[in-house]
Amino acid sequence: MRRITILKTVLFLASLGPLVRLLWRGVHGTLGANPIEFITRSTGEWILVFLMATLAITPLRKLTGVSELVRFRRMLGLFAFFYGCLHLTTYVWLDQNFNFAGMVPDVYKRPFITAGFTGFVLMLPLALTSTRGWIARLGGKRWQALHRLIYLSALAGVIHFVWLVKRVTIRPQTYAAIFAMLMLSRLLLWLVPLLRARVAGPPSTASATAD
Amino acid sequence: MLIKKPSDIPSSEITPKSTYLDRRRFMTGLGVAGAALLAGPRLLELAEPVPVLAATKLPGLKTTIRTDEKQTPYKDITSYNNFYEYGVNKDDPAREAWRLKPSPWTVSVEGYVKKPRKYAVEDIMKMASLEERIYRHRCVEGWSMVIPWVGYSLSEFIKQVEPASKAKYVEFVTLNDPGQMPGVRSAVLDWPYVEGLRMDEAMHPLALLCFGLYGETLPNQNGAPIRVVLPWKYGFKSCKSIVKIRFVDYEPRTAWNKAAPHEYGFYSNVNPNVDHPRWSQKTERRIDGSGFFASIKKRDTQMFNGYSEVAGLYSGMDLRKYY
Repeated sequence: MRRITILKTVLFLASLGPLVRLLWRGVHGTLGANPIEFITRSTGEWILVFLMATLAITPLRKLTGVSELVRFRRMLGLFAFFYGCLHLTTYVWLDQNFNFAGMVPDVYKRPFITAGFTGFVLMLPLALTSTRGWIARLGGKRWQALHRLIYLSALAGVIHFVWLVKRVTIRPQTYAAIFAMLMLSRLLLWLVPLLRARVAGPPSTASATAD
Repeated sequence: MLIKKPSDIPSSEITPKSTYLDRRRFMTGLGVAGAALLAGPRLLELAEPVPVLAATKLPGLKTTIRTDEKQTPYKDITSYNNFYEYGVNKDDPAREAWRLKPSPWTVSVEGYVKKPRKYAVEDIMKMASLEERIYRHRCVEGWSMVIPWVGYSLSEFIKQVEPASKAKYVEFVTLNDPGQMPGVRSAVLDWPYVEGLRMDEAMHPLALLCFGLYGETLPNQNGAPIRVVLPWKYGFKSCKSIVKIRFVDYEPRTAWNKAAPHEYGFYSNVNPNVDHPRWSQKTERRIDGSGFFASIKKRDTQMFNGYSEVAGLYSGMDLRKYY
């Protein structure tokens, strides 16, 4: 019990690291020649890191049998949302200087912005319903169904990165590969027991009818 | 105690620049590797660029073309570069460019030209008197700088190698050597990097054959030892670290045009009215060391980057079609 609390505290502080680092570099003027681009890229990439970490919890838990892992999932997901908020704020304020007349056409004209914006909007209901109260209100099954939106949100995030770069290079490729692996592991975790059941199937059904 | 004057130190005791840069690089590498093990994917950004190879002063320069806009600091011009031969990130060139050996360097002049041969870059530098030109530089990505380049009009060089009348275009080719440019090991572009100009564009007095910036020879990451600068076009049209100049009768197949033809046209003139498919070109962010909050405000992009004297080159052309 105490161990989980300590680990959660450590994870929380570590997750603030990217923000602290940006602030530190901002204060020391080491954000490079184009600080706004630096902040946009940095916050954007951390969203993907936290989304991938969140998505890794379920397969890791099933593979290792460490069921406590699930207790860190909400925090990781909320940090993805937190960096999403920073990323969006950077775009709206620092990059576009609240020029909504320029941003609105951007969101529908530029596919990569459409994808990124979609990814953010899909995170909103997940962040809002992340509390115990909302799990109870929605009921476990419906809550879980709603939270599968994270797959779409992460997909949108990866597409956003792939479409943004001038040439698809190692970084966006890496996130696409990790995302594909995480989704594939889910498919396998779902499929393997089904297939096993089918192989082991006939005798058990035979015994069931015999009863 | 014997205090040695600099002239008393035998040259054999002086560590060659390449050696100490290697050492520095090794130590930086260790630090970065350690940090990267400890945390996160963005940690590689922590690597501060290795200082540029000390450039040679180019004395007695006259400034012939200037703008009153605030100049971009040398540090920003040399640490924030798109030069995919060294890697796709902006800080890769400053970190990797120490590998380039800009001397000895020859440029091969080929094609429809009366004097096709290899020229030593020092000889090309002497073909006309060097001057300083403070140009605006606009990147297709929506940022801009103000850079004091050093060189002379490309037309001076072209006149001396005497192209034949069949030459309709000039093609520039960048060095393609994985030992000096690690970025070319990955297939992000179809190497070598090729760029080109129509002959009349190349002969326009604003087109600069460039050897330096801020009164010194070019740092490697900015295209040493010889590059072109075309202030009315997006930055990627300016070929860097040139090893070949060909005079041809066809429109050259340029590197970015081959990679994404709908995004990067042959002409690539700065044009606020023609958007890049993924971002608007109406405005730009000036990088001039004015500080974080000053850089939030973008400025309007001007047609031909403000160099309206080139407009005649394109009269009668639909610049939406020939973007």
